[in-house]
Amino acid sequence: MSILTYILGWPLLAAIVLVVVPRNYRVIIRAVALLTTFISMLLAVKMFCQFVAGQAGYQFEQQIPWVESLGISYHVGVDGLNVGLILMGAVVAFAAACCSFEIQSREKEFYILLLVMTGGILGAFASLDLFFFYFLHELALVPTFIMIGVWGRGERKNYATFQITLYLSVGALITLIGLIALYLQSGANTFDIPKLTEYVQAHPLAAHAQNFIFPLLLFGFGILVSLWPFHTWAPLGYASAPSPTAMLHAGVLKKFGLYGLIRIALPLMPQAAQHWMQILAWLCLGNILFVGWVAMRQRNLNLLIGNSSVAHMGFIFLGIASLNLIGVTGAVLIMIAHGFLAALAFGLSGYIYRQTGTLEMDELGGLARKLPFIGTVLLMAALAGCGLPGFANFVGEVTVFFGAWKAFPLVTGLAVWGALMIGALYMLRAMRNVLHGPLPEKWSGIPDVSNVWRKLPYALLLASLLVFGCFPRLLTEKITPDAGKIVEMATESAGGLVAGDASSRERESAPSKQSDSQRRLTSAATEPK
Amino acid sequence: MNASLLNLEIWVIALGLVLMLADFWMPAERKRFLGYAAAAALAVLLVLNLGHCATGTAFDGMFVQDGLAVFFKRFFIVAAILVLFMAVEFSDRIISGISEYYSLIVFALAGMLFAASANNFAMLFVSIELITVTFYVLTSFQRGRLVSLEAGVKYLILGALSSAFMVYGIALVWGTTGQLNFNELALVAGQFAGNKIFLLGMVLVLVGLGFKIAAFPFQIWAPDVYQGAPTPTTAFLAIGSKAAGFVLLLRVLFTAIPGVSAHWANPLIIISGITILYGNLCAIPQRNLKRLLGYSSIAHAGYLLLGVAALSASGQAAVLYYLSGYLFTVLGAFTVICLVMRHLENEDISALAGLHQRSPLLATTLTLAMVSLAGIPPLAGFFGKFLLLKAVIAQAQVTTNHGYYCLAFTALAGVVMSLYYYGGVIRAIYWSQDAPADWSPILLSGPAKVTLVIYIAGMFWIGLFPNTMLNLATEAVQALKL
Repeated sequence: MSILTYILGWPLLAAIVLVVVPRNYRVIIRAVALLTTFISMLLAVKMFCQFVAGQAGYQFEQQIPWVESLGISYHVGVDGLNVGLILMGAVVAFAAACCSFEIQSREKEFYILLLVMTGGILGAFASLDLFFFYFLHELALVPTFIMIGVWGRGERKNYATFQITLYLSVGALITLIGLIALYLQSGANTFDIPKLTEYVQAHPLAAHAQNFIFPLLLFGFGILVSLWPFHTWAPLGYASAPSPTAMLHAGVLKKFGLYGLIRIALPLMPQAAQHWMQILAWLCLGNILFVGWVAMRQRNLNLLIGNSSVAHMGFIFLGIASLNLIGVTGAVLIMIAHGFLAALAFGLSGYIYRQTGTLEMDELGGLARKLPFIGTVLLMAALAGCGLPGFANFVGEVTVFFGAWKAFPLVTGLAVWGALMIGALYMLRAMRNVLHGPLPEKWSGIPDVSNVWRKLPYALLLASLLVFGCFPRLLTEKITPDAGKIVEMATESAGGLVAGDASSRERESAPSKQSDSQRRLTSAATEPK
Repeated sequence: MNASLLNLEIWVIALGLVLMLADFWMPAERKRFLGYAAAAALAVLLVLNLGHCATGTAFDGMFVQDGLAVFFKRFFIVAAILVLFMAVEFSDRIISGISEYYSLIVFALAGMLFAASANNFAMLFVSIELITVTFYVLTSFQRGRLVSLEAGVKYLILGALSSAFMVYGIALVWGTTGQLNFNELALVAGQFAGNKIFLLGMVLVLVGLGFKIAAFPFQIWAPDVYQGAPTPTTAFLAIGSKAAGFVLLLRVLFTAIPGVSAHWANPLIIISGITILYGNLCAIPQRNLKRLLGYSSIAHAGYLLLGVAALSASGQAAVLYYLSGYLFTVLGAFTVICLVMRHLENEDISALAGLHQRSPLLATTLTLAMVSLAGIPPLAGFFGKFLLLKAVIAQAQVTTNHGYYCLAFTALAGVVMSLYYYGGVIRAIYWSQDAPADWSPILLSGPAKVTLVIYIAGMFWIGLFPNTMLNLATEAVQALKL
C-alpha cells in the first residue's frame, strides 16, 4: 500500500466509521476527525520529506484495476507537481478540522462531510487516473454544497448554495465531457494518465480534436477555478460558507482545475494549448485587475477575501499561460502558497465572525487591541496577500512575473501593477478598518483565542507560509524537473501546426531553450522520447 | 417446442393465482403479510434462476431466452420483490383487496418477464397488454381517492390509444413484410427500408413503446399518473414498466430492424434531447414530490435514450447499467415517500421538513437517492451517466455526426437543471424554512429498515464497484445484433 492511499484513506475511513457513532458522542466525533486529519498531515509531511526531487517517473505509486474493460484503475502517485499540493491539502484539512469548533449543531454530519471532502480532495490530487481524478473531485464537491446549505451564514445562504452548486456543476460537467472526449479521441483505451501521456506523445491528437477538446477543459476547469468572467460564484459562496468549508474549498479544492490544466490539458494538447494561452493571458487580467477592483469596493471582510482569492487565481493562470518553465513553476508555487493563505484568511475571518456576529467592515474597528493574536496573524496574512517578501506568495508571484514577462510583456506589466497597487490598497485598507481605529463599545468584551489548541491552526498555516517563503527551494527543487517535462511536452510539437503564427513560434523558442538547460541539469529525469 | 424455458414465467403466474386463492382463507388482519410471502417466493425463484440458465427459443421463435432476457428477468424480479415490500408498508391505505393488489403486482411482473423474452410482434403486444392492463387496475386501486381514479382513467385512455397505434403499426409491418418474428423480419427488413407503409408501421410501433417509457411526445400521462397512483404502483411503473419498454425498444430496434434503425440516429437524438429538456424543465416548478419524480422519470427516459441513440453496443450496455442503478435509486425515493407521507393527502415537498430529525435513515436514503438521480459520485447514477455520455461521444467521433455532441451538451444542461430541483428536495429535508407540522419520530418496521439499507447499499455498490454490473450488461447486450 502506498503512503498516498493512507493519506487519503484515513479521512474516508473515518467518515464511514463516524456514520455508526451515536450523534451525542460529540467529543469522540471531534477527536476522530482531528486525529485522522492529523495523521494524514503527518503522513503527507513524511511523504514530502521522502520525495526525491528530479527522479524519473512517479513516486509512491500504487495501482489497482477497477474497471478493466474501460481501462480505469485506482492509480495514485506523486511527482513534483502534486507533492506540494498534497502536503498543502493535508495541512489545510487539519487546520480546517481544528477550526470546526465553530460548528455547534449537527456536528456528526458536519464532520462526516468534512472528512469526505478531505479524502476527496487529497485523492483528486494524488490520482493518476483521469476517471478517479474527476470522480474524487466531485466527491469532494458535493459536501461543499450541503455544508453551505446547512451550516452556512447570512441571509443569502440559499441563493449562494444553489448558485455555487449549479455553477460548479456546469464547470465539472463540461470538464467531464472534455475528459471523455479526450479519452476516446486518444484511442489509448485507458484512463491512466501516465500511459495516456506516453501514448499521446507517440500519436498526437489531431488538430481539430485538440481545438475542440482544449476549450472544454480550459473553460470547464476555468469555471472551477473562478476564471474571469466565470468567477461570480466564488465571493458570495465563500462569504456564505462556514469557515472550515471555505478554507478547504478556497484553499485546496479550487486548485484542482489549475492542477488539471497543468497535468492534463497542456501536455496532451500542446497545439491547442499554444493557441489558447494567448486568450487565457488576457482573461487572467480580468481576474487580476477587474476582480481586484471589485475587491476594493467590498464592505464585507469575507467578500473581500473571496474576491482577493479570485484575483490571486489570475497570477496562477498567467504563470500557466506563459508556457515556460519559470512561469509554470511559479504557478505551482502560488497554488501552494495561496492554499495556505486562503485557508488562513478564511479561518481568521471565521473567528472574528464567531465573536462579533458580523463581518461588515463599517461595524468593526480597533479589534487589534482586543484580539492581539488574531489581529497580528490577520495582518500578516494580509501582507502575504499583498505579496510581501518572506511569505511564500511573494516567491510564487515573482517567479510568475519573470516567466510571463518573456511571453506577454504587456499583460505582465498590467498584472504587476494590479498585484502591487490594487492588492496592497484593498488589503491594507481592510486592515485599517478592521484592526485599527476606534474600538466600538459593543466589541469591548470579545475574547482573543484562549488556548494553544485554538491557536494551532492559525499558527500552523502562518508557519507554512513563512517556511516556504524563506526556503522556497524546498518546493522549487521538486517542482522544476516535472514542470520542465510538462512545458517540454506542451511546446515541443507546436512548430508545424502554428506555422504562420510568428509570435507564438518566437514565444516557444524561449521555453524550449529553457527546457534544454533543464534537461542538462536533471539528466536523470528526461530521456528523449 | 421447448416449454421448459418458460419455467420462471409459469411459476410466477402460479404464484399470482395462489395469492388470489389465499385471499379466501387468510384472516383479514393478516392479509397484508401475504406480501412478504410473495416476496419470499419471488426471492426463491430468483435464487434458483441465478445459476446457469438454459438459452434457446420456444414457440417457433416467439419466445427467446438469451443473455438480454435473463438480465432483464432478474432485474424485474428484484424490482417486484422490493415493490412488494413497499406495498406491505402501504397496505394500511388500501381499504380492501390488498391480496389482489399483491397478485396484480405479480401478474404485471409476469408480463414484464414475457416482455424480456419477446421475439415476435404478437408476443410483444401480448406482454405489453398484460403489463398495461394490470397497471390500469393498480393505478386506480385506492378507490376512495379521486386522484387515484382520475389517474387510472387517464392511464386507461392514453394507454388504450397507444396500444391501438401499436397494433395498427404491427398490422402494417405484417402486411408489408409478412413477418412477425424479429429474426425473420431482420432478414427482409433491408428490402423494405424505402417502403413508406413499412416505415409508418415501425414508427407506430415505436409510438407505443415511447408511451411505455414516457418519451417525448408521448409523456403527457406520466406526471398525472405518477401523482395519482398509489405509491407502490408509481414505483413499479417508474422502474418495471419503463424497463420493459426499454427491453422491447432495444429488441425491436436492434434485433428486428437493425439495418433500418442504423439510419435513425438523428430522430433518436432529437427525441432524446427534447425528452431530457422537457422532463427537467417541467420538474423545476413542481411542489408535489411524486409529480416531480414523474417529470424526473421523463428526463431519465431521455438519458436512457442517449444509449439507444448511440446505436452502439456500449450504448446498449450503458442503458442496462443505468437501469440497474435507477432501480435502487428510484425505488428508494418512492419507499421514503411511502413511509413519510403516510397520512398526508398530497405529497407536498414541505412535508419533508424536519425529516432529518424525525428519521435520519429516511432522510439519508432520500438524500442519497436525489444525489444519485442527479448523477453525482460516488453513487450509481454517476457511473451510469458517465457510460451513457461516453457512448454518445464515442459515436460522435466515429460517425462525425455533430448531433451527438449537441445531445451530450443537452444532457449536460439537463443534469444542471435537475440539480436545482433535486437540491430543492435536499434543502427541504435539512434546512427548510417551513416549520414541520409535527416533530414526532417516524417509526419504521423491521422489513422497511432492511429495504432502506438495501437501497443505500445498492446505490453505493453499483456506483463504487461498477465492474460486475458492467460486465453483466456487456454480456447481456451481445444478444443484440447491432
